[in-house]
Amino acid sequence: MAAGTTRFCAGIVSTARHVSIELKMADYSNKLYQQLEQETGVQTGYMKTGSISLAQTQDRLISLKRIASSLNVMGIPCEIITPKQVAQLHPLINIHDLVGAMYVPEDALVSSANVSLALATAASRNGVQIHERTSVSHVLIQKGRVTGVETDRGKIQCQYFVNCAGQWAYELGHSGDEPVSIPLHACEHFYLLTHPLKEPLASSVPTIVDLDGRIYIRNWQGGILSGGFEKNPKPLFTEGRNQLEIQNLQEDWDHFEPLLSALLRRMPDLEALQIMQLVNCPESFTPDMRCIMGESPTVRGYFVLAGMNSAGISYGGGAGKYLAEWMVNGYPSENVWPLDLKRFGTLQSSRTFLRHRVMEVMPLMCDLKVPRWDFQTGRQLRTSPLYDRLDAQGARWMEKHGFERVKYFVPPGKDLLDLDQSKTFYKPDWFDIVGSEVKCCKEAVCVIDMSSFTKFEISSTGDQALESLQYLFSNDLDVPVGHVVHTGMLNEKGGYENDCSIARLSKRSFFMISPTDQQVHCWAWLKNRLPNDSNLTMEDVTWKYTALNLIGPRAVDVLSELSYAPITPEHFPSLFCKEMSVGYANGIRVMSITHTGEPGFMLYIPIEYALHVYNEVMNMGQKYGIRNAGYYALRSLRIEKFFAFWGQDLDAFTTPMECGREFQVKLDKGMQFVGQEALLEQKQNGVYKRFTMFILEDHDTDMDLWPWWGEPIFRNGRYVGKTTSSAYSYTLERHVCLGFVHHFDEKTGEELVVTTDFINQGEYEIDIAGQRFQAKAKLYPFSSLFTHRRRKDEVELSGYQRE
Amino acid sequence: MELHCLSGSLSLPYCYLSGCKSYRIYAELLAIPVRSSRLPLLSDAMPAPTHLFPLIRNCEISRICSTVCYCHHKHLCCFSSHFAHGHFRYAPQKRFAALYRPKENFNHFIHARDYASTPQRFYLTPPQVNSILKANEYSFKVPEFDGKNVSSVLGFDSNQLPANAPIEDRRSAATCLQTRGMLLGVFDGHAGCACAQAVSERLFYYIAVSLLPHETLLEIENAVESGRALLPILQWHKHPNDYFSKEASKLYFNSLRTYWQELIDLNSGETTDVKEALINAFKRLDNDISLEAQVGDPNSFLNYLVLRVAFSGATACVAHVDGVDLHVANTGDSRAMLGVQEEDGSWSAVNLSYDHNAQNEREVERVKTEHPKSEEKSLVKQDRLLGLLMPFRAFGDVKFKWSIELQKRVVESGPDQLNDNEYTKFIPPNYHTPPYLTAEPEVIHHKLRPQDKFLVLATDGLWETMHRQDVARIVGEYLTGVHHQQPIAVGGYKVTLGQMHGLLTERRARISSVFEDQNAATHLIRHAVGNNEFGTVDHERLSKMLSLPEELARMYRDDITIIVVQFNSHVIGACQNEEL
Repeated sequence: MAAGTTRFCAGIVSTARHVSIELKMADYSNKLYQQLEQETGVQTGYMKTGSISLAQTQDRLISLKRIASSLNVMGIPCEIITPKQVAQLHPLINIHDLVGAMYVPEDALVSSANVSLALATAASRNGVQIHERTSVSHVLIQKGRVTGVETDRGKIQCQYFVNCAGQWAYELGHSGDEPVSIPLHACEHFYLLTHPLKEPLASSVPTIVDLDGRIYIRNWQGGILSGGFEKNPKPLFTEGRNQLEIQNLQEDWDHFEPLLSALLRRMPDLEALQIMQLVNCPESFTPDMRCIMGESPTVRGYFVLAGMNSAGISYGGGAGKYLAEWMVNGYPSENVWPLDLKRFGTLQSSRTFLRHRVMEVMPLMCDLKVPRWDFQTGRQLRTSPLYDRLDAQGARWMEKHGFERVKYFVPPGKDLLDLDQSKTFYKPDWFDIVGSEVKCCKEAVCVIDMSSFTKFEISSTGDQALESLQYLFSNDLDVPVGHVVHTGMLNEKGGYENDCSIARLSKRSFFMISPTDQQVHCWAWLKNRLPNDSNLTMEDVTWKYTALNLIGPRAVDVLSELSYAPITPEHFPSLFCKEMSVGYANGIRVMSITHTGEPGFMLYIPIEYALHVYNEVMNMGQKYGIRNAGYYALRSLRIEKFFAFWGQDLDAFTTPMECGREFQVKLDKGMQFVGQEALLEQKQNGVYKRFTMFILEDHDTDMDLWPWWGEPIFRNGRYVGKTTSSAYSYTLERHVCLGFVHHFDEKTGEELVVTTDFINQGEYEIDIAGQRFQAKAKLYPFSSLFTHRRRKDEVELSGYQRE
Repeated sequence: MELHCLSGSLSLPYCYLSGCKSYRIYAELLAIPVRSSRLPLLSDAMPAPTHLFPLIRNCEISRICSTVCYCHHKHLCCFSSHFAHGHFRYAPQKRFAALYRPKENFNHFIHARDYASTPQRFYLTPPQVNSILKANEYSFKVPEFDGKNVSSVLGFDSNQLPANAPIEDRRSAATCLQTRGMLLGVFDGHAGCACAQAVSERLFYYIAVSLLPHETLLEIENAVESGRALLPILQWHKHPNDYFSKEASKLYFNSLRTYWQELIDLNSGETTDVKEALINAFKRLDNDISLEAQVGDPNSFLNYLVLRVAFSGATACVAHVDGVDLHVANTGDSRAMLGVQEEDGSWSAVNLSYDHNAQNEREVERVKTEHPKSEEKSLVKQDRLLGLLMPFRAFGDVKFKWSIELQKRVVESGPDQLNDNEYTKFIPPNYHTPPYLTAEPEVIHHKLRPQDKFLVLATDGLWETMHRQDVARIVGEYLTGVHHQQPIAVGGYKVTLGQMHGLLTERRARISSVFEDQNAATHLIRHAVGNNEFGTVDHERLSKMLSLPEELARMYRDDITIIVVQFNSHVIGACQNEEL
């Protein structure tokens, strides 16, 4: 036990994390480890030393300030300190190249092997059996459920199985009756151990994290332990290897040289310190730098917890807690979607992809995390048939769920900064480019390729499809054929599992459009809940259709010229779907939605017609000033219209009531649906958080830091919640942030009901990296921004894209 | 490769006492030996029809060169005469390089400053030097999937540095698609590039066809017969500057088809022996070149082309690698050399070819036994075949293969350009019992071992400036880079962080100097052209050598063409174990 890489772990428990859920896990771990020794009697070596994250550049300091803001509102003590204060806290440190630092006094050091032992001891006392020196060879699965495991010492029957085999999780995942894809890959990781200093370091001296130098330095038995994340990582075990080889990995001093240089630069006095050992302990990394947990989409009862990206000891306690809740209650107590195994599909499980991606991910651990960062490896996997055409017209790409999507189009003759130079927390270099795309959407017409959306078709021989969907979705789907309905796919607590648009193609068949990263999750959710009826079929048709979004007041003119079907608002009002011909191509599904609140149409085109339709649209659109646009323009449009999107603003803990979407819920549609009770209760008792739109008032777009997401919101000087997304509105010429407002009792901190008055009667501020900006709160979008005709009872309120 | 001029007096390497002003400038600036020149008449023997002015330029050059010749001759008279002949290339040159270091040389000729008004004029910046050196570099990595590569070849680097304009060297590399294995070759043309070009395009097809099993030949023939798509035989790995003649492709194809048809008819039922296949392919191609020139072509352009191919010449050094089996077929004086890493990490060179020239006694012996005793004295003169040709084996060069009658008949019935050309009309002296020349290669078979790390194929332009031992070391150290250095292990020693840091920075500095080149062949050329007496690259020297004007470049160096093939020791080791 704890003989794998756990034994080698550097043992630093640090709460300085960028992602909120990771921060919560680390915080829980820290508190758990602190009391573990007392609880179990096993020594864990827990030592509250604190940690100091250094900043050599102003950008790094901004990044630290952002973390400090979110630590502070979580009640974790943390402060930004000057270089001088750093010198006071640590005796050896060279501060001449520092601009500042962040001090987290409650961060700690532990012995990771002993923590494992303590946890195991506690578990054993509660009746858990631990079989050491037993290897699992095979996971038994019957009818899509785990039934047991086969080991080298015989079979063990079980209802639940947790694959937490670390860097071997990938291989173990493939050794079951049904493969479970767990995308992670190991890289070599080096750290240095030294003999004690002449004057041994005090055991309470804080851990140093020098991100610009790519290293961490902690006290180790009077000497130091220092490792880091180099720029040129060495991936290993791509082909899968015998796990024993882990003992035999070689030290590689030449590889460690840059990190050693950084160490001696940070602590020049260490020159005379004697080396004890250079330890090579592999760490596993995931394609997006976040760990993997949750239930397999294909095998029920098969849980995964792996891919800690070298922060296993920090996350371990919290991750264990959430997974345990998940197994016992069916869902964890926090939104763990960013860590959910189902955010990946099988497309991320190519070993080549993983090998290349982790080589990018590992250096990113120390790189500056700026808004709108895209991975550069493992790209161009899924593409629209128009990819080459768009690329030739200057498209710049980002990736979602393996699918290439356009960010914006760089006009000919215009150059943008190099990737590395374009990293900024301030106004980005594409600002004007996106501005002109937005303007074109507002005044003329733009076309955006949105083929990445997940598309399902659900049909039946009788009424089964309608009945099942009526039960699974909150809105009323029993609408006339040709109508499009926006609806949530809710869980029992009324939270959004998915937010989608469903078109009724015929009495018995439905076309469902969901966000790109819903492909695995939504499929699994529906598969597990739809009745097992051979007359009811569901098909994933994502790859069959290319989607073009025609946005703008002239979209109707362009489409009219390409089809004899009447397109005018009288014949084709908002939220309708018609199958018609466009150009020579027949059978194009045209829907009068744009996911932005602007007038226009979505065209779902069978892929073989994609190029033809695109060409026709562009040719015909010329006289209306048509141009290509990308997702950044779309995002600006939807945020200024107060459209929430799933995965960013909406999650499994947000109900329609909390984000002003009561109108998309038909509590009285005449039949039961999932989440109905929870919603009824909320309707009676009120909500405990409320989705709100904030317009930054005294924010200078050119000079001030831009909001991103995760910024704390203050109401009358008190913390009330965090933003979930933000964008610059070219129409308002202001930044717009979307986020949730809670009402914490001033004395007890208890959550109270949030009323409209509570929202409206506050003075708001948004904290961007420690600087607060005044903001105006709104619960409804600017009506003046709506210029087009819409159906009386329904407002199009949905957006699927997510950065 | 060069043809020696009739007088044989051009070979003196040093021109520092040249009477010609412009020459002196270069000589002083460079302090570099001038290599033996060829007679201009011969070098541009077959100007391409598209060149309108070469004749004029030729006249100028010949004027300049004859001055030089004259001076050399004088020099020859006043100074020692033991450098007089062709074999000055290797050892003596080193001695001289040591004698005339740039600085000393400058002092020596300090009065010459007025002539060399602005020496900086010839000084290229490092990026300019790099762009010249890298213009023709090409790298090929055998496609691997995630670090997995089952081929014994990891890939190859190749490069060319022209001295002639246009360059007369050619190179080829291709993967056999219907059989296993990879083919790589360097070709050194003389009396024009036509023959080298043709051989570089055609030889690998002949080899590949020779290696094909009977069924595949039948399949291909049936495909051609019924107009179906042909199975591709070779996958070429070409630099954009490596071209194939479009016009002649049909002609070449027909000859190749005739060859495989004969192979089909001959079907011996035996499995093809690589050695035999290589010999057959060489001989057959040379035969086809000769035949095509005799038969001619109704298209006047093609007719002239096949004649130019036949009347010019080319040597060839070709390697065939299939698993652990390495065959090198060599015709002429290009060379193949294996780089071997000894157990202590040092590098040594193993020759995989024999030069076919006057320095090879066996070769001289062979030529002598092939002709009557009466000719013994005239066969090899001044280390040249019939006093003219340096390589003793070559493609083309029908002047050394055809009977006098045949030569006369072809030249007379040929196009005017041919008839007007002095070179083609000229019959070698003492020409009694042709053929004097053959294209038959010597083939050496070598079973690759894990310590065999790379193979260098290069034309004599490289070998006349560098010793093979140096080549092995330079390439070896380049290819292994950091891996060559023993990994550091702390073990039980007392090492401080500071000491370790110093050690690592030093190791790093050593490596980074190698990383200027991404291509082993480029790295080798840099050394070949720029090495000073200490065996390290001297940038000043390099830049001067590269800034020589076209007409003069070839007096100081020959065309250099290099292919460095890197082997996959893991695969070779695994193969070996299997065989055991």
